[in-house]
Amino acid sequence: MSSMSRDALERRVLGVLRPLVIVFLLVITLFPFYYMVLLSFRPLESVLQDPGALWPKPGEIELGTYRDVLASQADGGQGFLNFIKNSFIVAIGTVVLTLIVAIPGAYAVSRLEFFGRRQIGALFLGIYFFPAILLAIPLFVFFTRIQQRGTLTGLLVVYVAQVAAVSIYMLRNYFDTIPASLEEAAAIDGCTRIQAMRHVSLPLAMPAIASNALFVFMIAWNEFLFALLFLVEKRDNWTVSLGLSQLSGSIEVPTTVLMAGSVILTLPIIALFFLSERWLAGGLTAGAEKG
Amino acid sequence: MTVSDTRSAPAVRRGRSARSREDRRTGYLLISPTLVIVFTMVVLPILWTFSLAFQHVRLLNLRRTGLIGDFNLDNFDNVLTSPGFVDALITTLVYSVAGTACAIGLGLVAALALRRPFRGRGLVRACMLVPYVAPVVAATFVWSTMLNPQFGVVNHYGTTLLGWDEPIAFLSSGRPISPFGLDLHVSMSLVTVVLFEGWRSFPFAFLFLTARMQAIPDTLEEAATMDGATPSQRFRHIVLPQLLPTIAVLTVLRFIWTFNNFDDIYLLTGGGSGTQVVAVRVYDYLINRGDIGAAAAQALVLAAILAVLVTVYLKLFGRPEEVA
Repeated sequence: MSSMSRDALERRVLGVLRPLVIVFLLVITLFPFYYMVLLSFRPLESVLQDPGALWPKPGEIELGTYRDVLASQADGGQGFLNFIKNSFIVAIGTVVLTLIVAIPGAYAVSRLEFFGRRQIGALFLGIYFFPAILLAIPLFVFFTRIQQRGTLTGLLVVYVAQVAAVSIYMLRNYFDTIPASLEEAAAIDGCTRIQAMRHVSLPLAMPAIASNALFVFMIAWNEFLFALLFLVEKRDNWTVSLGLSQLSGSIEVPTTVLMAGSVILTLPIIALFFLSERWLAGGLTAGAEKG
Repeated sequence: MTVSDTRSAPAVRRGRSARSREDRRTGYLLISPTLVIVFTMVVLPILWTFSLAFQHVRLLNLRRTGLIGDFNLDNFDNVLTSPGFVDALITTLVYSVAGTACAIGLGLVAALALRRPFRGRGLVRACMLVPYVAPVVAATFVWSTMLNPQFGVVNHYGTTLLGWDEPIAFLSSGRPISPFGLDLHVSMSLVTVVLFEGWRSFPFAFLFLTARMQAIPDTLEEAATMDGATPSQRFRHIVLPQLLPTIAVLTVLRFIWTFNNFDDIYLLTGGGSGTQVVAVRVYDYLINRGDIGAAAAQALVLAAILAVLVTVYLKLFGRPEEVA
C-alpha cells in the first residue's frame, strides 16, 4: 500500500514538474534569441530608459539599425553587407571543396580494401580532439610567411582541412549502409569502380551528402578563432562573426545596431537548421545508436 | 550497419585478384586529396608546433626562423614557472569539469522531460538545439548584453523583482564567490562562463541521450511498472543503466572540447577576472606578446595534460573503442 502511494506521489510531482521544466528549457533556449531580435528593432535611448521592456512599445519599431549595420563604411554604416559576402564565399567554398575531397575519400574508406584503411579513420578522429589553438600557432606562422594570411583563400583551405575528417566519418557511415550488391551488379555489367560509384552509390548517398554540406556550411559560417587570427588586420575581408566580435568591443557602435548584426549572423543558420533539422539530427547521431 | 563488411560478400569471382588490385589503386587515388590536405594543414603544423616550442621565435624575427634552429628548453622553463600559468591550468580544469557536468546534467533533464510524446514535441526538441547551432559570436554577444550591469535585462529584473541590492557584474567581477561562507576561489565571472558553457552545450548531450533513450525497449519499463516500480525507481534501475555508456562517451567528448575551448571565454570575458584558461593564455602570448615559442610550448603542455587526463579516464571507466 505504501509503495502505491509513493508511486502516486511521484507521478503527481512529475506531472507538475515536467511542464515546468519544459517551459524553463524553452525560455532559456529561445529567450536570448527573442531578446536579440527585440533589441535590434528598438531605439537605443528607449533601451537605456526602459531596459526591462519585453516587447516594443507601439510605434517604436525601428529599422534604421539594419540600414546602419549593412551600409558600407563609406556610407556611414558598418559594412556588414561586405562581411556577409565574405562569409558566404568562405562557407560555400568550404562546402564545395570539402565535398570534392571527402566524397571520394569516404567512399574509399567504406568500400575499398587498401593498406592503412582502418588507421586513416583513427588518425582522422584523433585530429578532431587536438586543441584548435595548438594548430592555430603553426598555421598563423606559415600563412604569415607565405604572405597569405589575411586572404579568404588561406582561411578556406584551413577550414577544409578541419572539416574533411568529420565529413569523411559521416559520409562513410552512410556508404556503409548502401548494399555492396548494387555495385556488384553494375560491375557485372562492365562498370569500373569509379563508374559504379558515380552512377550507383553516389545518387543513393545524396541525403547524407546534403546533410553533410549543411553541417560544413554551419561550421564554416560560425567559425571564429581562425577568422580572428587570419583576417583581423584586413577589415575588407572580415566575416560576419569576426566583424561582430571586433565592433562589439568599441563604444562608438550602438548596441542595438550590433544586435541587428547578430540577427544577420544568426538568421541564416537558424533558418537552415529548421529547414533541415530532421536530417541533421539524424546524421549527427547516426553513429551513436550502435553504442 | 550490418552490411559494413563488403569484402565477405562473394565478389565477382572472375578476375578477383585483378579486381582487388584495381580496388587498391582506386582506393589510394580517391583518398589522396584528403590525405594531402590533412597532412599539409594538420599533421605537419602539429609537428611544426613541436619545433617552434623548442626555439626562440618571436613575431618580429619570424622571417628568419627555419624548421631547424637553435633548440632548447627555455620556453618550457619560462612558461611553466611564469606567474599565472598554474592558475590558468586550475581555471581550465574547473571550467571543463563544471562545464561538462552542467551540459550533461541539463541535457539529461531535457531528454527526460521530453521523453513522453505530446503535441508539438518535435518542435520543442528542435528548439532545444538552437543554442548549439547558433553562431558563438552572436550567442556571447546577446548574453553579455543581457548580463550587462547598466542596461541588461537580467540585472533589471534581478534588482526590481528578485530584490538584489545592486546589479551584478556577471562578466567582469573577479571577486571570489563564497556561498554559505565557503571560500571556493572561484570568481563570479568563472561561474557565469561555466553556466554559459552548460547552456550552449547541453543540446549536444540532449541529442545523444534522446537517441539512446529511444533505443530502450518499452517492454522493460512496462514489466517494471507491472511489478510496482515507481517512476524514480524505473529511472534508477532501468533507464539510467542503459544511458551510462552514452554518458561516459559524452563526458569524454565534452571534456575534451571544453578543455580546448577558446571562443566562449575569449568572447565573454577576454580572459579577465579569474577566467583565463590556458587556450586564451596561448592566444595572449601569440598575439599580444608576439612570443610564438612560448605560445607553442603552452599549447603543447595543454595538449599533453589533456592526453594524460583522457587516458586515465578511459583506463578507469571505459574501453577506448566506445569513443569511436
